[in-house]
Amino acid sequence: MNTQSSLPAKEIIANLLSSRSRWLEPIYGSDIVISSRIRLARNLANYPFPHRADEATLNKVREEIYSALSGIETFKDRWFINMEDINELDRQFLVERHLISYEHTVEGPGKAIALTPDEGVSMMINEEDHMRMQVVVGGFDLDRAWAEMNELDDRLSQVLEFAFSPDLGFLTSCPTNTGTAMRGSLMMHLPALVITKQINRVLQTISQLNFTARGLYGEGTQAMGNIFQISNQACLGYSETELIENIKRIAGQIIDQETHAREKIMRTSRVMLEDRVWRAYGLLRNARIMNSAEALEYLSMLRLGSSLGMIKGLELKLINDLFIIIQPAHLQKISGRKLSTRQRDVKRANILRNRLNRQGHSPDLDREERGNV
Amino acid sequence: MLCDICNKAEATVHLTEIVNGKVVEMHICESCAQEKAAQMQVPMGFQVFLGGIAPEKKTVDKEDPAVCPSCGLSYRDFRKIGRLGCSQCYTAFKDALASLLRNIHGSNEHLGKQPRKMPRSIERQMRLLELKKALHRAIEEEAFEEAARIRDEIRALESESAQ
Repeated sequence: MNTQSSLPAKEIIANLLSSRSRWLEPIYGSDIVISSRIRLARNLANYPFPHRADEATLNKVREEIYSALSGIETFKDRWFINMEDINELDRQFLVERHLISYEHTVEGPGKAIALTPDEGVSMMINEEDHMRMQVVVGGFDLDRAWAEMNELDDRLSQVLEFAFSPDLGFLTSCPTNTGTAMRGSLMMHLPALVITKQINRVLQTISQLNFTARGLYGEGTQAMGNIFQISNQACLGYSETELIENIKRIAGQIIDQETHAREKIMRTSRVMLEDRVWRAYGLLRNARIMNSAEALEYLSMLRLGSSLGMIKGLELKLINDLFIIIQPAHLQKISGRKLSTRQRDVKRANILRNRLNRQGHSPDLDREERGNV
Repeated sequence: MLCDICNKAEATVHLTEIVNGKVVEMHICESCAQEKAAQMQVPMGFQVFLGGIAPEKKTVDKEDPAVCPSCGLSYRDFRKIGRLGCSQCYTAFKDALASLLRNIHGSNEHLGKQPRKMPRSIERQMRLLELKKALHRAIEEEAFEEAARIRDEIRALESESAQ
């Protein structure tokens, strides 16, 4: 086996652009929980953490990790990208696909990402810790994500020596991650809780219970398109499975509340909601200029309408895809050139029109007639 | 000094915030500090703040080194940036971190998984930890013969690791 050759970064990015992350495939129940993610932080025992390490050390750490990954089935395709080999736009593209953090796009030695072609498993190298690995699956299934992550971690811990203390657990650069160094998170679409103005109460309760609710792109970001990420905050003093059970319990309650809110709207203000959904659909299929915030808002309504069966024949898969590809770096990668903000808004409207009009659906005429008030 | 927020508990956390360009000094108690931490959402702000809720060095054992011997990070710098420099920092700032970790996680005892491969020294530490718990249980149950046996095993292990 040729151990040195990784697929060139350019080709990896091109492959990603023409494929869908596995977690965007809708499965049963994924109308509310879009995806489930487990993240583990690990450091190599004998090197300082990335922010205290010099360039030579960081490169050595990266090599050691690459060589460990090469012996593992999960990474047999050797999709490894050194961050210095790709430009700003490609880094932003990886952020938009939730493969790396914003912090990881900042120039710095030894930074890299390793990923599987279906984007289900990925690892940031030399971000805040030497390794930040994540497993993402579609729908509400933290157990499956954990099983996959746990096995990968076990394998890696046979070849790499991790920074670990028997009483404190895995040692990380930031003490908020010490212990299991695990975060489980769910990407949830909660439009009905937002419409009925219950979302703040729900988010407050979550934070009182030591969980975090964040926006679409993680820490410090705004909630857009009514999408929230719920994750555990504490990760010491519990086993991984206890933490996962806790998240599942909280998420179960949020799902119930969102479901009730949806039912309530359908009972009391169905026409109002249908109007919002169909207006969103109309704008998405006809507008010539559309900014990101606007598009996410309408796509959120479309997603809700589709889950409630208001729009027949509109696939959730397509809506999920659109959430990803209407983002700035994706639009520029699709166009094959840099675009100004205005050019992006035009391109975005263009793509939305194309994809949504291509979709062979027939409007629910029956419902329109009956609802003719 | 009493806490600026609740005015009840002793203020043990001292932080400087910059609000709209003005420097604001705050002296607050641990539980208010935790609440305040939960409210903060900007990541960098949170990092710095985290350093802020770490106990000041003077409240910690005098013999504790103020600088990590392995990576050279000082405790003062950790308080500023909220990040540790290497795994040895956890030993160097052990006492201060114990209370910080309790504040963050509500616990400072790891109950999760262990790596498959560990250096002999860590395996010894783990065995020691287990034995100490067993000793505690044996004493509570007044099983003194058992306790003596465990004590001897602990001594043997400790002398081995001292070598």
